[in-house]
Amino acid sequence: MRIAVTVNGEVRQFDTKGAESLLFALREYLELPGSKGACEQGECGSCSILLDGELVCACLVMAADVGGSEVVTVEGLGGPELHPVQKALLDAGAVQCGFCTPGFVVAAAALLNENPTPSSDEIREGLAGNICRCTGYGAILRGLETLAGSGK
Amino acid sequence: MTSGVLTRKPRGTVGESTDRTDGIPKVDGTYTYSSDLYMDRMLWGATLRSPHPKAIVRNLNLSRAVAMTGVHAVLTGDDVPGRKTFGLEEPDQPILASERVEYWGQPVAVVAADDPEIARRAVEAIEVEYDVLTPLIDPEEAEARDSIFHRLGCRRGPQDRRGSVVVEGYYEVGMQDQAPLGTESGLAIPDGHGGVDLHIATQWTHVDQEQIVAGLGVSEGMVRVHHAGVGGAFGAREDVSLQIHLCLLALYTGRPVKMVYSRGESFVGHVHRHPALLWMRHEADPDGSLRRIEAKIILDGGAFRSTSDSVIGNAVYHAAGPYRCDSVTVEGVAVRTNNPPCGAMRGFGAVQACFGHEAQMDRLADALGMDRLDLRIKNALSRGDPLATTGQIMDTSAPVVEILERLRSMPMPASGPDDDPRLLPGGTGLTTPRAAVRRGVGYAVGVKNLCFSAGFDDYAESRVALTPFGVEVHTAAVEVGQGLGMILAQIARTVLGIEDVVVYYDDTSKIGSAGSTSASRQTQMTGGAVLEAARMVREMALQRGGGDELDERGVWRDGVLVTPMQALVRDENVEYHTRFHHPPTEPPGENGLGDLHVDFAFAAHRAVVDVDRELGLFRVVQIDTVQDVGFMINPRSVTGQIEGGTMQGIGLATLEELIVEEGVIKNPTFTDYLLPTFLDAPPINIEVIEEPSSFGPFGAKGVGEPPTVSSTAAVVAAIRQATGLELNRTPVRPEHVALGISG
Repeated sequence: MRIAVTVNGEVRQFDTKGAESLLFALREYLELPGSKGACEQGECGSCSILLDGELVCACLVMAADVGGSEVVTVEGLGGPELHPVQKALLDAGAVQCGFCTPGFVVAAAALLNENPTPSSDEIREGLAGNICRCTGYGAILRGLETLAGSGK
Repeated sequence: MTSGVLTRKPRGTVGESTDRTDGIPKVDGTYTYSSDLYMDRMLWGATLRSPHPKAIVRNLNLSRAVAMTGVHAVLTGDDVPGRKTFGLEEPDQPILASERVEYWGQPVAVVAADDPEIARRAVEAIEVEYDVLTPLIDPEEAEARDSIFHRLGCRRGPQDRRGSVVVEGYYEVGMQDQAPLGTESGLAIPDGHGGVDLHIATQWTHVDQEQIVAGLGVSEGMVRVHHAGVGGAFGAREDVSLQIHLCLLALYTGRPVKMVYSRGESFVGHVHRHPALLWMRHEADPDGSLRRIEAKIILDGGAFRSTSDSVIGNAVYHAAGPYRCDSVTVEGVAVRTNNPPCGAMRGFGAVQACFGHEAQMDRLADALGMDRLDLRIKNALSRGDPLATTGQIMDTSAPVVEILERLRSMPMPASGPDDDPRLLPGGTGLTTPRAAVRRGVGYAVGVKNLCFSAGFDDYAESRVALTPFGVEVHTAAVEVGQGLGMILAQIARTVLGIEDVVVYYDDTSKIGSAGSTSASRQTQMTGGAVLEAARMVREMALQRGGGDELDERGVWRDGVLVTPMQALVRDENVEYHTRFHHPPTEPPGENGLGDLHVDFAFAAHRAVVDVDRELGLFRVVQIDTVQDVGFMINPRSVTGQIEGGTMQGIGLATLEELIVEEGVIKNPTFTDYLLPTFLDAPPINIEVIEEPSSFGPFGAKGVGEPPTVSSTAAVVAAIRQATGLELNRTPVRPEHVALGISG
């Protein structure tokens, strides 16, 4: 099945064989491996993307269902400069193995978009769908707290 | 030494929190993990696994799978051309099981196909007839039936010593999974001449290579193992999983083959933390002085050996904790069952031991009517004391008293949660009223050996080169996320005075082994190698350039630039290759005594936990921790290791357990194996003690494991204190608290 979808501002097409997730299509057909697969059941948030502006796990979306939609992945968040969330996470030492990081970047950007000044508890709650195994979350929180007051 | 002209100190030397060189690609999504690798004409591999924990393989019918369109290989044990088995310490596990299966999920066949879906369907099309046997699943029964991997012990001091106050307890630790977010994955590429290049997320490329070479039956030079991007490890990647399978498929098909485990497959595809049964008896004088410690530890090694022999050794040697005692008997046994194989996980036996000895210290303090911290401080090990189990004299920093005193003085959280439901144990489910909350405080202190022990020839190679384009550091050490690349660059910059340092992670054909990224060892070992090589490069550069000081501009003498860098390295790099060994250790002698370990690190945790006793819910409010780190080469990384390591210990205390019934893992998903989320994560307040180690670069100690050793015990101690329950088992489950089950 031929699917046309806008990904990171560009109209892209791919053929899906049926029982494939959007995550698989992004990674294998559209050459966008930034979104990561770690649980395949929406528990860990490593594949967080924006689908028509809404934060979703790409592993839970059927590739066949996204025709005409607009998708933003981690590759589409920054520009020539890093997105403020990306910079904040780097500066705070919130990146270790980094496998969860693309998902955290997208989820945190979505959170700040919705609520530019989240409290620490709101950050924790807003990112409860993203699992990090390396950092214990402390550095992620410290990084995002630096943005929470800045209105970015 | 430094002349007045040389005022420019390079940025990013030791002691600074430098930026990760892989940081930008990791935040913008362009970093290449092993699961992101791609090649034209690449095939996808998949694995057929045993549905039984114990069975005889009667018949394998591959014909349907082989006949499928898009299937290029279906391989079984018969297709393994070399040694049929692999194993980290002893090759006891079939690469592909052909006669019998010994655990649920053991690989039986592998396929390569055009895409992952065809590969999956081909696996399903393989027909296997099994004669199902009754699995051995009870570790105590295994010991009784002499189904053991390794038994050892320590007997030290007079065995008849007695104290007037005696406490005794049985404890149990569940099976924890490392659960790195990146599952096992890799890409094998045939070189067209019978050899293969494997790009793989691993912890030790050279030990993978050894096992692949043996399995393929080829010469060493025909297999090159390349370090691909690693999505966390924590011990899970020390053993071979899909490495040999990938190489077999690539050589058979003549095409690149990629394999990525699903999460469910990952849970059966790597070894786990050993579940443990512990019995401990502590005797003390009325003033609290420990007189005698006895312990028995059983670890369930599962179906194959992996590192069980070493893990049980570590559990035994750490069984007395960081305490002085001159009469000790510890016995340990790692048993063989048909449960999932167990091996390395952060803490490596010391975690299980700590859960026991710290529960005992609380019991002993209560029996003595002493403050729990005072009892620990009274018996704390210091530099110059013998380790209670092996008798090894602590000739490294051992600031246990200071750790505990500092921990005591750290501020406690405000007295209790207000009515904000997010801060109550029941969370926004609104199940726990404020009045139902009881707060508990628990302490635990642990010790962890650093680097490889017991006479193992532990070394790391590195090559440092001064080139026209800056400094190159070459290593085969694996960066698993901990930040080793930063550490090595910082060491080289500090020695050479040159900022422009690039770390190259060489494949196995280009440099010798750096040893495993495990045992908290790479900062000291590969860091030690880089320090040694960089110092030699500096000496050689000064000699070649005829001066007394080096920086990025060249060689200086008496404050004058005598040989500019371009001239210095115009004809030839200044280069030095070294193989760094840590000071020797010895295998255990009579009664398990001896200088088995090269270094130790210590850490302690204080946990504050709110508990709803009626519903069995609990919430970790705050963790305070003090750790002996030697010297912080990169303070931000040290913080990251302590926070992350502590959290994995919290996971083992409150959530994380692989439930194994009749040999079958019942919860191999992230829906059912619960990892701590942001909402489970308490604030972690950290203090460090920087007292130089005996041999680490600039006095550094490994910092990865100590934070995991004692955090579990501290959290469970806090729940005990809040509830008055014995809670002898970890992880603590709600029903243990609500129904008062001691575990």
